Amino acid sequence: MKNYSEDWEAVIGLEIHVQLSTKSKLFSGASTDFGALPNTQACNIDLAMPGVLPVLNEEVLKMAVKLGKALNAEINSPTSFARKNYFYPDSPKGYQISQMDKPIVENGYLDIETENGGKRIGVTRAHLEEDAGKSLHDDFEGQSGIDLNRAGTPLLEIVSEPEINTPEEAVAYLKSIHSIIRYLEISDGNMAEGSMRCDANVSVRKIGEKKLGTRTETKNVNSFRFVEKAIQYEIERQIHEIESGNEITQETRLYDSQANTTRPMRSKEFANDYRYFPEPDLLPVNLEKEFIEEVLTTMPEMPTEKKERFVSEFSLSQYDADLLAADKDIAEFFEEVTKVSNSPKLSANWIMGELSAELNNENLNIKESKVSSNKLGQLISRIEDGTISGKIAKDIFEKIWTTGKEVDDIIKEEGLEQVTDDQEIESMIDEVIENNPQQLEQYRSGKDRLFGFFVGQVMKASQGKANPKQVNDILKSKLEK
Amino acid sequence: MALSDQELREIAYLARISVKEDSLPSLKKELEDILGLFKELDAANTSEVNAMSHPLDLSQPTRKDEVTEEDLRDELLKNAPSVKSGLFLVPKVIEGEN
Repeated sequence: MKNYSEDWEAVIGLEIHVQLSTKSKLFSGASTDFGALPNTQACNIDLAMPGVLPVLNEEVLKMAVKLGKALNAEINSPTSFARKNYFYPDSPKGYQISQMDKPIVENGYLDIETENGGKRIGVTRAHLEEDAGKSLHDDFEGQSGIDLNRAGTPLLEIVSEPEINTPEEAVAYLKSIHSIIRYLEISDGNMAEGSMRCDANVSVRKIGEKKLGTRTETKNVNSFRFVEKAIQYEIERQIHEIESGNEITQETRLYDSQANTTRPMRSKEFANDYRYFPEPDLLPVNLEKEFIEEVLTTMPEMPTEKKERFVSEFSLSQYDADLLAADKDIAEFFEEVTKVSNSPKLSANWIMGELSAELNNENLNIKESKVSSNKLGQLISRIEDGTISGKIAKDIFEKIWTTGKEVDDIIKEEGLEQVTDDQEIESMIDEVIENNPQQLEQYRSGKDRLFGFFVGQVMKASQGKANPKQVNDILKSKLEK
Repeated sequence: MALSDQELREIAYLARISVKEDSLPSLKKELEDILGLFKELDAANTSEVNAMSHPLDLSQPTRKDEVTEEDLRDELLKNAPSVKSGLFLVPKVIEGEN
């Protein structure tokens, strides 16, 4: 939804920092485990003690090559590192080792889809760099506390071309990157915990204008929803400023999710100048052809491929296939359920319906589901073979969720088998008709809507166990008599 | 190449070097001499030479992704002038960027 005049368009570029899920750091053998006691995972190298030298972690090269392939990009060889100089207490060296001229990944693209159709977004580059430590601003007698456990953790910064024009496109792009890094298992992509962070460069201009407007960079956005809201806010703010005769200042702004606004960070006395230069402690890295080919043999099936296979192999709709394939764990769960149930469509419905509702309810992810893929598959196969009705299946699903019991045991113990015996259903129907002479008369004098009433009564009499299709058929013939 | 006093102050600020106003003229002369040396390098014809980011013609060795460092926190904290609860303490950082 555009809340501003049609004369304006926004130009958006995203910088996404992805924390790589290696065991050890980018340039040291210190652990990257999350949640350790402060500074217990910060070694001599991370602390920039005199005389230490960085040694490159081979695994990050493999991860970057995979990402490059998934983003249809070129892999630079040699790729080289550079120093980005700045002073901040959470960066002990006084510089960050990053990449400038020869980033490992360059010139890629990503196809996204929004309600307005498909669009290709260029990916300028993805480069390797070190994460910083954390500053804690709680009260330490007027001082800040520094925890350097995170310092030196490997990051890939993925930079898009400024080819995104709406907040919706920005979110679609971000979700697509999220899906890819999870499929590649190079990061857990947890935005709330900061393993995926997004900065948005936003400017606005009149439609038809060639020149870009002055841009701002909004930081501190840690969920998909906030990215959309922060960009929306920033677009509207900039248009409002310009229409009021003011100029946009090129600055870094912070998003405040509680107030849903962005505000400028304390402006610096002088513009940032990172004085990049080639990192003298690291040689350029040659990525041999054999190394790249070897890495590419470990590429998994990617979301778009999986989606297409779900459509062709299981005859799912584009919509269902898209939803299921977006998340690797959900896609795997779906395939496991389908293997047991032999009914892809019904499996898809159950996963996106009952199961996701229950997972949301208890704030669990699909791997923590209290109904296993095997049990859900069995439950669906019991609907398919006519043992139980869909309605009863929902009750059984609840019971499995709370007790963990087997599907067939619950059906047996509680006598939940569907009633499919024509005679038994007939006698239930006869009884219902006999007990409701008034409704019968109204129905026969043309009040068709009462058919539903009779179906409801019969289902109630059978405690939900009568086969609905048989009830419909028999009821119809009896009422028409 | 001529440097302005303002440029000098900015360079000093970026390097976190405290420079007294009365030393600006001499500093300016020294820096301009160094920049003059770079100017001489510009005279060399490098159109046939590839950019080089390191003088050694080797590829960076790598290491396996293994945790090899043990926790030496207590030793390492001893180097810091001020610590608390396992944290290094520094003058208050105001800006909320981390």
